[in-house]
Amino acid sequence: MIVRPRAAVLALPFLTGACSYQHYQSIYGNAAAETQQFNTLFIIFLAVCAVMYAAVIAFLIAGIGRRRRSTQANVVEDGRHHESDPAMHVGLRAWAAVVGVGLVGLAIASFFADRSMASAAANEKLSIDLTGNQWWWDVQYNSADASKTLRTANELYLPVGVPVRINLHSNDVIHSFWVPSLAGKQDLIPGRDSDITIVPKKSGIYRGQCAEYCGTQHAHMALVVNVVSYADFIKWWDHQLQPAPAPAAPLTQAGYKYVTTGPCSACHTIGGTPAGGTVGPDLTHLASRRSIAAGTMPMGEGNLYGWVEDPQSVKPGNHMPTIGLEPAQLHAVVAYLETLK
Amino acid sequence: MTTRADGLPGFAEQRIPEQVREEDERLARERKQIARDGPKLKGAKLEARLERTWRRPTGIIGWLATVDHKEIGRRYIITALIFLALGGVLALAMRTQLARPDSNLISASRYNELFTMHGSTMMFLFAVPVMEGIAVYIIPLMLGTRSTAFPRLNAFSYFMYLFGGLMLWIAFVLNVGPDIGWFAYTPLSGPQFSPGKRADVWAQMITFTEVAALAAAVVLVTTILKTRAPGMTLARMPLFAWAMLVVGVMIIFSMPSVALASGMLISDRLVGTNFFNAYEHGDALLWQHLFWFFGHPEVYIIFLPATGFVSVITETFCRRPVFAHTVVVLALISTGILAFGLWVHHMFATGLPRVGYSFYTSASMTVAIPTGLQIFCWLATMWEGRPRLAVPMLYVIGFIITFVIGGLTGVIIAAVPLDLQLHDTYFIVAHFHYVLIGGAVFPLLGIITYWYPKITGRMMSDTLGKIGFWMLFLGFQLAFFPMHFSGLLGMPRRVYTYPAGLGLELPNLLSTIGAFVVAGAVVIFVINGIVSLYRGAIAGPNPWDAASLEWATSSPPPVYNFAHIPVVETNTPLWDNRGELPVVTGLRVDEKEMLLTTVVAATPDLREPLPAASLWPFISACAVGIVFVTSIFSPWALAFGLLPIAIALTAWFWPKELKRTPEPVIQ
Repeated sequence: MIVRPRAAVLALPFLTGACSYQHYQSIYGNAAAETQQFNTLFIIFLAVCAVMYAAVIAFLIAGIGRRRRSTQANVVEDGRHHESDPAMHVGLRAWAAVVGVGLVGLAIASFFADRSMASAAANEKLSIDLTGNQWWWDVQYNSADASKTLRTANELYLPVGVPVRINLHSNDVIHSFWVPSLAGKQDLIPGRDSDITIVPKKSGIYRGQCAEYCGTQHAHMALVVNVVSYADFIKWWDHQLQPAPAPAAPLTQAGYKYVTTGPCSACHTIGGTPAGGTVGPDLTHLASRRSIAAGTMPMGEGNLYGWVEDPQSVKPGNHMPTIGLEPAQLHAVVAYLETLK
Repeated sequence: MTTRADGLPGFAEQRIPEQVREEDERLARERKQIARDGPKLKGAKLEARLERTWRRPTGIIGWLATVDHKEIGRRYIITALIFLALGGVLALAMRTQLARPDSNLISASRYNELFTMHGSTMMFLFAVPVMEGIAVYIIPLMLGTRSTAFPRLNAFSYFMYLFGGLMLWIAFVLNVGPDIGWFAYTPLSGPQFSPGKRADVWAQMITFTEVAALAAAVVLVTTILKTRAPGMTLARMPLFAWAMLVVGVMIIFSMPSVALASGMLISDRLVGTNFFNAYEHGDALLWQHLFWFFGHPEVYIIFLPATGFVSVITETFCRRPVFAHTVVVLALISTGILAFGLWVHHMFATGLPRVGYSFYTSASMTVAIPTGLQIFCWLATMWEGRPRLAVPMLYVIGFIITFVIGGLTGVIIAAVPLDLQLHDTYFIVAHFHYVLIGGAVFPLLGIITYWYPKITGRMMSDTLGKIGFWMLFLGFQLAFFPMHFSGLLGMPRRVYTYPAGLGLELPNLLSTIGAFVVAGAVVIFVINGIVSLYRGAIAGPNPWDAASLEWATSSPPPVYNFAHIPVVETNTPLWDNRGELPVVTGLRVDEKEMLLTTVVAATPDLREPLPAASLWPFISACAVGIVFVTSIFSPWALAFGLLPIAIALTAWFWPKELKRTPEPVIQ
C-alpha cells in the first residue's frame, strides 16, 4: 500500500499475476459502475496515505540520523532534557493541521462516493431474490407474469447495462453477498430483508463468495455470475423456464426413476417431474451450470460421480447425506443428471 | 511523615481531666513502641525488618495465597506468553494449510476450530492479560509504592484468568473447542446452529476473562489514582501509568457490554431465552452491537498500553522526556473516548441506515488524529534527543514503520465504499495484524527486553535480541504484507481453503514462509529469555540509566519494593536527583502498610494497612470457576454452585479482629 522500494518489488509479481487471471474474483474486475467508483476512491486514499507515510518515515530517518551530526542536544547528558525546540511546537501544530485536513478531505471524498453509489439504486429493471443457505445460494428470478418466475441455484445470469435489484434473505445464519468485480458486500441476515442494486457494465464470468463466516463449509459457498447481452439473457431465461427433458435412453430412464422416487426428490426439485423437494438446490438445469455444490468443483461427469456417490468426502459437513448408491444406480443417476442441460 | 492529631488550636486551652491525661501518656508510650522507618530505623536493619513483615508464607500454600503484586504480575506475564506461543502454533497450522490452494491437510471443521482458538487466545488470553500483567508488576514500582491497591482482588483476578484459559484449552484438546469464530456471531453460535457444547465453552471462557479483566482494571485504576509517591502529581505521572489509567477506565466501561452479550448467549443456549433468535422476535444483529461496543475498545485496550511502552522506551533511549507530555496525555484520553464511538464500522455490510454510517466513518477517521499526534511526539523526541539504538529502541522503530501502515489502512477501511469491498477479506487480516503485532507486540517485546533486568536482575543478550528483532521484523512483513493483495484479489477471511486460478497462490505461499520466519524469531526470543536468566550480565538497579522510579530500587526489587517511600519533584526523578532521592518516612514496618496520596496533587493522605496473604481469593476463584464450568451443562449449577461462592466470599470479606496493635490516638 505504501511506496517504498521493498514494497514495490513485492507488489510487482502480484499485480502482473493478477492481470493474467482476468480478475475472476478480484476487486479490480471493474465490471460495474460501483466498482469503478471504488477503484477511483481507493487510489485517492492510497495516494494520501502514501504521502503521510512518506512524511513519517522521512521524519523517523531524520530523527535517528541527526544524532550523529549534532554535538549538543536537549538530553540529560547535556543537562537540557527539560528543554525543547520551539520549532518543534510549531511543527506539532502544523502536523495536526495536515492530518486534520487530510482526514477531512478523505471523509468528504468517501461521503460523496457513498452517496453516488447509493443513488445508483434508483430504478431497477430486474428483481432477483437470493436466499443464503448453509452452504449454497437459492436464486429466484421474479416476473410480473407468475408463469415466468424462475428458480435456480448457485448461478446468476445478468444482462449488461440493466440495473438489477437483488433482494437478500437468509434461511439459517448470517451470510454475505460478495461478487468483488460487481459490487461490495451486503449481509444476508435472518429476520431482516436487505437488497443490493448492481448495474453490470462488462460481460464476462465473475465469481463471488460468501464473505461472512457461516459455519463448516463457509469456504465452499461460491456464486458464479454470468454477465451476458440482453438477448442472451432472455434466451437463457426462456431456456431455464423449460421443464427438464424426458429421459430417452434406458440408462437415463433408470436414473430418472431413482431420482424422482428415491431419496433425492425429498430435497430437490426437477421441473416437470414429481421431484419437488425444496430443502436443497433446484436441479432442473443442473448440467447447464458451471460448477457443482456452490463452486466446490467444476461441472463435469467425473465430478458428478464423485459428488453423487459421496458428497460428505467432497464437501465435508454439508447437508447432503451420503446415500450409498449401488454402482448401477450411480451410473444411472449421473447419466440422468447429465441430461439436465 | 508523622500523623499528629494534637496541637490543634483551641484544644490546648481546655481543661483535661486527670484520667484522660494518664490515658494519653500511656498511649504515647505505646506509640513509641511501634516500629516506623525513619532516621532511627534505616539501612540493613530496616530492610531486614521490612522483609520479615512483607514476605509471604512458604510452600505451596504460600504460593497460592500470595498477594505480592510482583509475583502475581510475573505469573500473569508468563501465563500470557505461554498462550501467545500456543496461539502462534495454531497460526502456523493454519498457514501450512493455506500454503497451497485446495489443500486437504486440515479438515474444514478443524480449521474453523483453529481460527476460533487463535483469535480467542490472542485477544482474550494473551493480549489483554499480558498488558495487565506487566502493569500489575511495574505500576506500583513506577509509582513508588509498596503494593497495588486491593492485593487480594489482584490474586483473585489472576486465578480467574488462569482457569478460563485452562478451560478453553482443555476443551480444545478434548475436541470440544469452539468453532464459531472469536466474534461468535448469532445465530451461528446459537442453540440451533451450534448444537453441542463448543459455543458454551467459548462463552464461558469470555465470562472468566471478563471477571479477571474487570478485577485487574479496578486494581490498576485505584493503584494509579491513590498510591502514587508524594509529589507525583497527575502532571508528573509517567506516560505508561497514564495509558494504564485510561485502559483501566475503558475496561470498566466496555467489559460489561460483552458480559451482557455472552450472558444472553449462554441463556439462549441453556434455557432457550431467544434473545438473538429472529424467528422468536429476537434480533440477530443485537449481538453484533453489543459485541463490537466491547470489541472495538478492546483493540485500544491492547494498543494504548503499548503506546505507554513506546513512550517509556523512547524517553530512556533518547535521553529526554517525551516531547509534549501534555499532548500525549490528551491523545491517550481522547483515544479512549473516541474508541467507544466507532463500533459500527465493523457492521457496514449489515444494511444499517447510510446516514448513520457517515457518522461512524468520521469517528473512525478522527481517531487517527490523536494517534498521529502521538507518533509526531515520539519522532520529535528522537529528533530532539540522542537516540541509542539498543534492542528496545529497535522495536520502537519497527513499531513506527509497521504500525503506521496498519493505521493508514485503518483510515482506508473507515470509508464505507472501500470497506464494503475490503471488509472480511485478507486485507482486513493484514490491517489488524499490522496494528496488533506492529502496534502492540513489537513494543511488548521491546519492553520485555527493557524491564527484563528489573524483573530478573540480569540483562538479556544483545546479540540474540538483535537477531530476533530483525527476523521478526522482516518475517512479519513477508507474512502480512502479501495479505493485502490476497484480499484485493478476492480472498475472504475464515476460509479453510481457496481455489487455484484466482491469483492467490503466490501471496499465500509468501505469507506462510513469513509466518515460519516469525516463529523462528519467537523461538530465539524465548531462548534468549531462558538463557539470560542464568547467564545474563548482572543488571544492577538502573542498567539503562532511566529516569522513572522503578529503577530506584534493586533488581529484582525486594518484596516491599522500597525501604522508604520516595518523594517526586519532577517528571524525571532519577535524572534530576543523581544522589539519594528525597523520601518520606513514618510508615509502619511491623505491619504491612502503604501510603495513600490525594488523587490530583499526590499529597500524603492516609496510611492504609494491607491485607496479609490469604487462601480465600484462590478458593473463591475455584468456587466461581466450578459454577462457570458446570453451568455449561445444567442451569441448576447456578442454584447449587452459588452457595460455595457465597461461603468463600463471606470468609474472604469476614471482618477480622485486627491482629496488629491499633494505632493509639491521643486526644
